[in-house]
Amino acid sequence: MTYQRPTFRHPEAPVNELGYTRREYEGSISTLCAGCGHDSISAAIIEAAFTLPIEPHRIAKMSGIGCSSKTPAYFLGSSHGFNSVHGRMPSVTTGANLANRDLVYIGVSGDGDTASIGMGQFAHVVRRNLNMTYIVENNGCYGLTKGQDSATADVGSKSKKGTANPYEPIDLVSVAIQLGATFVARSFSGDRQQLVPLIKAALSHKGFAFLDVISPCVTFNNHEGSTKSYAFTRDHLDPTPVDFVPMREEIRTSYAAGATQEVCLHDGSVIRLFKQSNEYDVEDPQAALGAIARHNSEGRVLTGLLYLDRDAQELHEILETTRRPLNTLTEKELCPGSKVLDSINAGLR
Amino acid sequence: MQAKQAVNDFVVKFANVNGTGSASANHMFAKAIFRMGIPVSPRNIFPSNIQGMPTWYEVRVSSKGYLGRRGGVDLMLCVNPQSMERDVREVEPGGYFVYDSTKAIDIRYVRDDINYIGIPIMEMCQREYTDARQRLLFKNVIYVGALAALLDIEFSVLKDLVADQFKGKEKLIAQNVHALELGHQYAVRNFDCPIGLRVERGGNIARHILETDHILMDGNTAAALGAVYGGATVAAWYPITPSTSVVDGFDKYCKRLRIDPGTGKKNYAIVQAEDELAAIGMVIGAAWNGARAFTATSGPGLSLMSEFLGLAYFAEIPTVLIDVQRAGPSTGMPTRTQQSDVLAAAYASHGDTKHVLLFPATPAECFSLTVKSFDLADRLQTPVIMLTDLDLGMNDWMSPPLVFDDAQRFDRGKVLDGEALESMKERFGRYLDVDGDGIPYRTYPGAHPKKGGYTTRGTSRDEYAVYTEDGAAYVRNMDRLLKKFETAKRLVPEPKIKPAAKATPYGALFFGTTASPAYEAVEMLAADGILIDTLRLRAFPFTDSVEEFISSHETVFVIEQNRDGQMRRLLINETSVSHPEKLVPVLNYDGLPITARQIAGVIRATLGGSDNVTPIASKREASRKKA
Repeated sequence: MTYQRPTFRHPEAPVNELGYTRREYEGSISTLCAGCGHDSISAAIIEAAFTLPIEPHRIAKMSGIGCSSKTPAYFLGSSHGFNSVHGRMPSVTTGANLANRDLVYIGVSGDGDTASIGMGQFAHVVRRNLNMTYIVENNGCYGLTKGQDSATADVGSKSKKGTANPYEPIDLVSVAIQLGATFVARSFSGDRQQLVPLIKAALSHKGFAFLDVISPCVTFNNHEGSTKSYAFTRDHLDPTPVDFVPMREEIRTSYAAGATQEVCLHDGSVIRLFKQSNEYDVEDPQAALGAIARHNSEGRVLTGLLYLDRDAQELHEILETTRRPLNTLTEKELCPGSKVLDSINAGLR
Repeated sequence: MQAKQAVNDFVVKFANVNGTGSASANHMFAKAIFRMGIPVSPRNIFPSNIQGMPTWYEVRVSSKGYLGRRGGVDLMLCVNPQSMERDVREVEPGGYFVYDSTKAIDIRYVRDDINYIGIPIMEMCQREYTDARQRLLFKNVIYVGALAALLDIEFSVLKDLVADQFKGKEKLIAQNVHALELGHQYAVRNFDCPIGLRVERGGNIARHILETDHILMDGNTAAALGAVYGGATVAAWYPITPSTSVVDGFDKYCKRLRIDPGTGKKNYAIVQAEDELAAIGMVIGAAWNGARAFTATSGPGLSLMSEFLGLAYFAEIPTVLIDVQRAGPSTGMPTRTQQSDVLAAAYASHGDTKHVLLFPATPAECFSLTVKSFDLADRLQTPVIMLTDLDLGMNDWMSPPLVFDDAQRFDRGKVLDGEALESMKERFGRYLDVDGDGIPYRTYPGAHPKKGGYTTRGTSRDEYAVYTEDGAAYVRNMDRLLKKFETAKRLVPEPKIKPAAKATPYGALFFGTTASPAYEAVEMLAADGILIDTLRLRAFPFTDSVEEFISSHETVFVIEQNRDGQMRRLLINETSVSHPEKLVPVLNYDGLPITARQIAGVIRATLGGSDNVTPIASKREASRKKA
């Protein structure tokens, strides 16, 4: 069944700086379970894209397979989307980005899609520093096949049937930092205050921006004994508030009240971090890994912007491709013609 | 004892140890004969190994221009004691065995029906060179010099080749020419040169050979150049023998031909992926976004790509894949040739799928069909798989020159750009069959601010790309895909049909590298009065002319290089052939290219006219009786 929103629009609906209404950033009505964390993430993506702002058609939505990968239908309805193959969104996005470096790529994946079947492609898209935003909607279970544990489920976390997971979890943010991701953040679908600026910052980052968003599965993993339930996550969260100031806004004071660190992105935007205590420098990967591990060992989940490398070269820079999107090159630039072929033939005699 | 006598018609085989630099010396030998205007077909028969294992290089010289393997060896040059026993056995009676006589030959390897030519190659190297590396490398050059004398190869041609190869490196040129001279002089002083086998310019060379300005090139490099001319800007791949040199070649030519003159930046991107799944995923992503993209692989890669090929078929994304086939299944014989991915490619993926296949037979066709594959993929919005094989891909073939018509334009197919979308009144339907040919219109991401956006997916959807589980919508879509495949019949290259001198009830059907030995076999049979019409397939889906060819012959020999007669099965599956038994399989699958002798033998036996071979028809009868 497909749900379409009515096309009616309020004539005085507010528009963003690009002249688009919020409605134009929305998608069709979600078919996920009521209360699913994923829908909050979709709403945060809409908010981030609308307020940043980015023209909807300049965004390409990429996904794999699973509940999370269905969500691109529920935001940015007029953008192109690609709901691809299970665990293979990274490669499809890599190809798409190589073809047109001027679009903004949002990849939406799940913990099964990324940490199990897609672990290989995830590792390599990180290594290549592909210019994209990669969001994992992490609920610790397989929703569409009715609640099996995923590779991000914590040891001892109980499934709905009551069995405790015996396997070590894959901590995606730590893995991402170790593999050289240049923007690594973690958030919670229920923490919109933090999630929206993080998505905006990720979209403005040049290179691979990774967001691991804990997003409880209301149907299969929201019970007592689960470490990915709403209640458990709220109780064990160590959030670091984040503020994002787009490049076009004048930054009046060099340090906002309470901010403990400010980092300026390539496009001139600024990320402000408000840490409880000045724990570590987000541009130091070892410190970031240490802080994540420390909170983990205390049974706490550290969220916020965890690591940032502003200067690394993204894939097009590494490959030295031309500034023009490759999909706009014409026969004139691409086909050397018969004269050149004659000389190649001559060299083969 | 007789010594074989032949001018421009013989087979020379080199038995070497791999990793000793023999391949380039052997190539120089073949190219020298080619430069004398004499048809030559060199083949590297190599192990899946880097150093120390036996490796062979077989060179057929053929005045008529037969480029397939002939079978048998007239002159064996053996510098590998490991393989000497079998190398001696392989020489045909009256043939020649050239060996390193630094050490006396093992008495067990002495046959009284072949001629032995001993050259103390190692001893000459020890005397001449002090450096171990030079001793090893120049050993090969010395024997090429000796062969030049023995076979009457013009020494000046060899010298020119060395000069071309080491252009600007005068010292290397002098050293190589000196090594050639050492071998040459030794042979001239010690043997009656030339021996019974020799080459000669002009002479008995077939006229059609003399009239074409041939090139010597491998199929993979030609396909790579085809990708440049076809406008590919994204190549994603995973290293696998025997396809690796396709992307190596693409890289080489792009560095020469695809650098933006203003900025020095690249008008292309090549990514070595983490595996074949990622490689085809990148190609699909790039093609979805409007770039021409391709990958190259071999059998194991094709297996891994199957799921993605199903997506590209169902979601209708132009995808170009070059499969350089090797012997399977599994790792099989990774450095040996076969044509055994036909069925896997035709029906790659779960669910109901069919893919467009192209079958080049020469480097010139590897080039032109690669160019064509991009047009076909864009026009049909579907995967196009070009099936070559190790023999064509990795060996040098004498080929007509590559041809490109400057008047031809890329066919990007049915793409609505921003302007077209702007002027559109009706709702854009990604999967609407507007023109009745089964091919819908597509848009690239970002084409228009408000129109043309949709979600591409591998799940069922309606004509407007909206997700649906409605069975009727699913069936409409699957049926349209079939209609599109019918349209493909009108677009793919027609087969090449060659009628025999007179009407005959016999036909032969083949494709790719089977073509050369098949044509040769047909000529051999014609000399015996057995006439056969031939059809060389160039594409799947099969065009109407394929059906006509089958229906107009009593018996059609389907010649191919796999165990199961895969093309024969595809023909039975996909044409209306009424009696499958009229399609008689002629097969070889030992990993070496099929020979004309094998083909002619089976056909003769089937038609009841030969010795030594059990007729296939009676084999079938026997198995029927058993059942």
